[in-house]
Amino acid sequence: MLGLLTWSFNLLNPKMFPTAKNPLFYFNSLLQQVGEVGLLFFETFKNLFKKPWEKRIFIQQLEEIGVRSLPVVSLTAAFGGLVFGLQTYIGFHRYIGPGSETYAGPVISLGLSKELIPILVGLMVSGRVGSAIAAEIGTMKITEQIDALHSLGADPTRYLVVPRTLASLIMLPCLTIYGDIIGMAAGFFYNTYIMGVNRVLYIRNTLLYMELWDIMSGLIKAAVFGVIIALIGCWQGLRTEGGAEGVGRATTRTVVIASILILIVNFFLSMALPADL
Amino acid sequence: MIRIVDLHKSFGQNKVLQGVNLRLKPGETLVIIGQSGCGKSVLLKHIIGLLKPDRGKILVDGVDTTNLKDDELRKITKRFGMLFQGTALFDSMTVGQNVGFGLERYTDFPQEEIEELVKENLAKVGLIGIESLMPYELSGGMKKRVGLARAIAYGPDIMLYDEPYTGIDPIRADAINDLVIRMKKELKVAALIITHDMVSAYKVADRIGMLYAGQIIEMGSPEEIKNSNNQVVQQFIHGRAEGPIKNW
Repeated sequence: MLGLLTWSFNLLNPKMFPTAKNPLFYFNSLLQQVGEVGLLFFETFKNLFKKPWEKRIFIQQLEEIGVRSLPVVSLTAAFGGLVFGLQTYIGFHRYIGPGSETYAGPVISLGLSKELIPILVGLMVSGRVGSAIAAEIGTMKITEQIDALHSLGADPTRYLVVPRTLASLIMLPCLTIYGDIIGMAAGFFYNTYIMGVNRVLYIRNTLLYMELWDIMSGLIKAAVFGVIIALIGCWQGLRTEGGAEGVGRATTRTVVIASILILIVNFFLSMALPADL
Repeated sequence: MIRIVDLHKSFGQNKVLQGVNLRLKPGETLVIIGQSGCGKSVLLKHIIGLLKPDRGKILVDGVDTTNLKDDELRKITKRFGMLFQGTALFDSMTVGQNVGFGLERYTDFPQEEIEELVKENLAKVGLIGIESLMPYELSGGMKKRVGLARAIAYGPDIMLYDEPYTGIDPIRADAINDLVIRMKKELKVAALIITHDMVSAYKVADRIGMLYAGQIIEMGSPEEIKNSNNQVVQQFIHGRAEGPIKNW
């Protein structure tokens, strides 16, 4: 029994699996990476409450993550809203019958605010901001700037990771609210102006059936996505090795890992968050 | 001041440091020479707390820094100024912000005083009126000097230089030597310099140590090193391809 326990614990030891030939190497490597992200999250949380706060970088990041993402979020939300409006119209028209399209409003609002907009915003920002964070920090790592921060009395986690994570946590819900408005307006535009659905009934049904919780649950998801994007970007940046090629790898990995995590976490959050309050 | 006892460090299968013992006395200039990749920079990174050893101690005025928590370590690193091999200037900041970075974190000086000190330290390395330039606008030699100004700005009493003469012309290199000597005389600043440049090493060093195969194999005054019987040392200081050092 003791031998089995020792063997199990040895699975966690990276020295046991130095080569990729061993199938357990991948499992071990995965565990190690999950551990690294977990530690970074813990360090970031701990440093949130420690002074000095890097206000200048925090404000810069609010602008970088939030304001500069507005064009890409506007376009994505607008076309997401249009196409979702289009398919919802077809659905009501085909399966329930002409006249029922006025109920497309609440369905579009629900789908956009709970699922589509948080995911689209998360994926867009992970591509735009997550990769930029990884590239910036990765370049700092390979040019010894992270070491210089340390030698000049700045904790890299407090200086680099905390402002980015906090800014991302705040700006993703803001971008999602903005995206919700654009997306719903696009859905409204398609249904009423292009397909001729009654505007008054469309708005009345939307206001009647839509709940504040639909929007709130989307914002909760967006905040979680914000933390995922910033943490994965910083983590990949801080573990960059191997010059310019390493920076390229870090940015690619950030986008891939953050995007996959957003889709997986979204599913579990959709299951965990109540449908209504 | 700094005492390194039996320091060991490996990266995977590569044993870089295998029992380094070293002592830096107050106000002393100690130069460490050795082949590229022999672990000189790794040794410096241990001293400043960037790397943790596998075994051994680093004592700064009797305090073992290898097991200190981050905040306690920061109090120690405040005493160090480090010039990095590739300068490591923050490329998102101006020259002035770079030089003032340590001052902002290690001192409570008001902004006006920090700006004055930034100018003063840049002038010490022969740079005037470049505070608002970005690092990418500077030449390699200027970057090196800005890096030096940043390292000395907050008045550390131990300077660590990682290849300070790489990428600059011999005249600038000698200007750095003069600065090291001046800081030693006027401010009693101790210095640990890592270099291949034997001309500079002979000029500034009180003692020279050679790192080879993970250990300090020879330590002595510049004269003693010149006259060393150790064939490895002789091959290195005379830059000969023939000799006991084969693994290049």
